[in-house]
Amino acid sequence: MAIRIGAGTIRLEKPVAIAATAAVGSRMEKEGPLGAEFDRLVEDSSFGEKSWEKAETKMQTLAIELALQKGNTTAEQVDVMLGGDLLNQCIASAYAVREQGRPFLGLYGACSTMAESLTLASLLVESGAARKALAVTSSHFCSSERQFRFPLDYGGVRTPTAQHTATAAGAALVGMAGPITVREVCIGRVVDLGVTDMNNMGAAMAPAAWDTLRQYFTDTGTSPADYDKIITGDLAQVGSDLLVRLAAEENCDLRPRYTDCGLMLYEREKQQVDAGASGCGCSAAVMCAHFLPAMQQGKYRNILFMATGALMSPTACQQGESIPGIAHLLHLTAKGGTN
Amino acid sequence: MGKTPKEYNKMLRESSPPSQSAKTLPMAFLVGGLICVVGQALTDWYGSLGLTKDEAGAWCSVTLVLLSVVTTGLGWYQKLARKAGAGTLVPITGFANAMSSPAIEFKSEGFVLGLAAKLFVIAGPVVVYGTVASILYGLVLVIFGLA
Repeated sequence: MAIRIGAGTIRLEKPVAIAATAAVGSRMEKEGPLGAEFDRLVEDSSFGEKSWEKAETKMQTLAIELALQKGNTTAEQVDVMLGGDLLNQCIASAYAVREQGRPFLGLYGACSTMAESLTLASLLVESGAARKALAVTSSHFCSSERQFRFPLDYGGVRTPTAQHTATAAGAALVGMAGPITVREVCIGRVVDLGVTDMNNMGAAMAPAAWDTLRQYFTDTGTSPADYDKIITGDLAQVGSDLLVRLAAEENCDLRPRYTDCGLMLYEREKQQVDAGASGCGCSAAVMCAHFLPAMQQGKYRNILFMATGALMSPTACQQGESIPGIAHLLHLTAKGGTN
Repeated sequence: MGKTPKEYNKMLRESSPPSQSAKTLPMAFLVGGLICVVGQALTDWYGSLGLTKDEAGAWCSVTLVLLSVVTTGLGWYQKLARKAGAGTLVPITGFANAMSSPAIEFKSEGFVLGLAAKLFVIAGPVVVYGTVASILYGLVLVIFGLA
């Protein structure tokens, strides 16, 4: 059974593994540095559908199907699917799993949803409640813009701290055997240091990221040097900088091992994405397209993946509320990895 | 967290890059000015066709609005606006863009609850407070007997 170590970390005793992953993106993601590593890229961001919401559903369906295919698994063999996205009522996920006919848990953790769904999938498999579980998340630039911001054709200008929502989906099949093992998970707390700027979500998330990371290091007695990579979800330029500074203030040097998915998906200057990428599809796709396959190939053996979420609601922000941040962490190892 | 929101706010200001005003201000001035030059040219041209000053002004506005709506529909206005900022926002073309972009965006929810209901989602405040300001202005004129 899973055991609690320290105040926030859960160690998985039985083997729980990520058996297969799939990532789907669109044109911008294709043109980005990781374009060649995606499983499927659909240049037309409408995915042949009539609305952006349907496009996102289609993209998530593709990710689910590809992950199942790569894991030689049928939907019937998956005991539970855990999915989430940024849309109200998590509709992209609900409609994507509608066709699958499997038990479903819909999750909302903003951009932290991939780590949230992977954490819960791992715990369900570890406990024996599920033999196989599938974690999936997506985000779509166009469906997010219309829900959270402005119409696509509106000539507004963003501040340099704003992030570009990724049009991407990632799915991971979790089971009892596979190339990547889930060692520990750390469920984050909601941390809010009073950031009210909807165009600076990296800054809103960074304190939560440091809170979870510090908790994990304390609980496990480890330090950044014990890991090949420490990967955050989508703090982008501003948030990454703040996380490194927050850690440095407590004598923890993250820089040698640290990277952020929001800084990897696009070429910031060339693709005009301001501070970087965001959205639950960002970390899901960067992990499923790049890091998890790289672990399978033996490039990394021992990583910390921490997806960060700004639990932002335009309604609450307009009422003067600040943006709560959250971050969940998973410790993953590949064959030969320790700790 | 050991930090107070105030301390963190100071920290995030240091980490957040400011708008590059040295670049954005001249671009806004240039593009906004060019739109106004086009407007003036249109007014003069309509005037040369024999329209009165008021008529020529009205036709100029109609033409600029049409141009803005068409370029919004083609997705060009937003691309220009990304570089021009307030230069495309302030002239009448910006208002037309603020009306037509939600119309295009929310058409997928139907003509009544989508297009029509969301039409004023950006321009609404401008209309409301523009009207309020004009009422106040009118009252000032009446009360002080300037009208």
